[in-house]
Amino acid sequence: MWTAILLACALAFGLKALGYVVPAHWLEGQRTSRVTSALPVALLAALVAVQTVTDPSGSLVVDARLVAVAAACVALALRAPFLVVVVVAAVVAAGLRALGWG
Amino acid sequence: MTAIPPARRRQVLRQSLSVGVATGAYGVSFGALSVAAGLSVLQTQALSALLFSGGSQFAFVGLVAGGPSGAPAAIATSTLLGLRNGLYGLQVARMLHVRGLRRALAAHLTIDESTAVGVAQPEVRAGRLGFWATGIAVFVLWNLMTLAGALIGDALGDPRTYGLDAAAAAAFCGLLWPRLKSRDAFAIAAVAALVAVLLAPRAPAGVPVLVAALSALLAAVWPTAHRDPAPPHHWADESEETADTTDDDAARRRGGAP
Repeated sequence: MWTAILLACALAFGLKALGYVVPAHWLEGQRTSRVTSALPVALLAALVAVQTVTDPSGSLVVDARLVAVAAACVALALRAPFLVVVVVAAVVAAGLRALGWG
Repeated sequence: MTAIPPARRRQVLRQSLSVGVATGAYGVSFGALSVAAGLSVLQTQALSALLFSGGSQFAFVGLVAGGPSGAPAAIATSTLLGLRNGLYGLQVARMLHVRGLRRALAAHLTIDESTAVGVAQPEVRAGRLGFWATGIAVFVLWNLMTLAGALIGDALGDPRTYGLDAAAAAAFCGLLWPRLKSRDAFAIAAVAALVAVLLAPRAPAGVPVLVAALSALLAAVWPTAHRDPAPPHHWADESEETADTTDDDAARRRGGAP
């Protein structure tokens, strides 16, 4: 696990540093910048989906997490701060499980 | 070049500190989730100190939660999410003009928040101050709150009882939300989510997320595709005097980003 952590850290720093050393015009193409700005959207959406409706084996499951994430989205729509959104989701999921569901 | 007037200086520092406090606060959720995913307190702290990029850190611990077999996908996903920091570096480097050790330090502090505050300042000197002050404030508070979260998480026990697995999904939602400003972004997100869920039962952990990332390529063939709401700000074509015309625009695009 340490190897993975340090490798991820080294790669993250490498990318940050790269921005300071490569000539700017390398990445300034219209198309390149559209793809690179869309990348976080695609990755984060996929992570939300996988963490909300799949279990560790990859099977689809509907449990307390789906309700909790829906509650988090309502909080986001109401412009709640990040920490409130995360706590709302945890409380909803914990509450449903305490009641014996999900 | 003239020095920044004291009032303006205080204004920039206050802005930097408020961003630092707001961002640092959710370091507590990262700390707790990371320990819940099976990492030790020290490993959790290493991620906050050395990787230092919220989205990548959440992705990393989310994907190793299922066991060490998720490690390659965790590294790949966290690295892809970190790509944008390289793009921020391109913009910030032109504003900072730093060399050597200071350049390495600046690179390490190049994240959503420091870039956003830096490029939102109309004057270059205030921009530099904003970048450094925000970067340092976020780094210190993010690490302190990570430690607090990790220690709390360690004491809690089974993460599911406290809904921490749902909190992880909500954290990704919170990071995604401010980026869904256009219909195109929404469509790309929907395609990525669908691909990931359809692949999940058939592929090893982490792979569905990486394959789903390919839906970002839709943006290449989509002429009106969305632009990242976080910093893209064009230092390249602007002199220091005209940079303030895009200040409002940069601030608006930045709005709501955690």
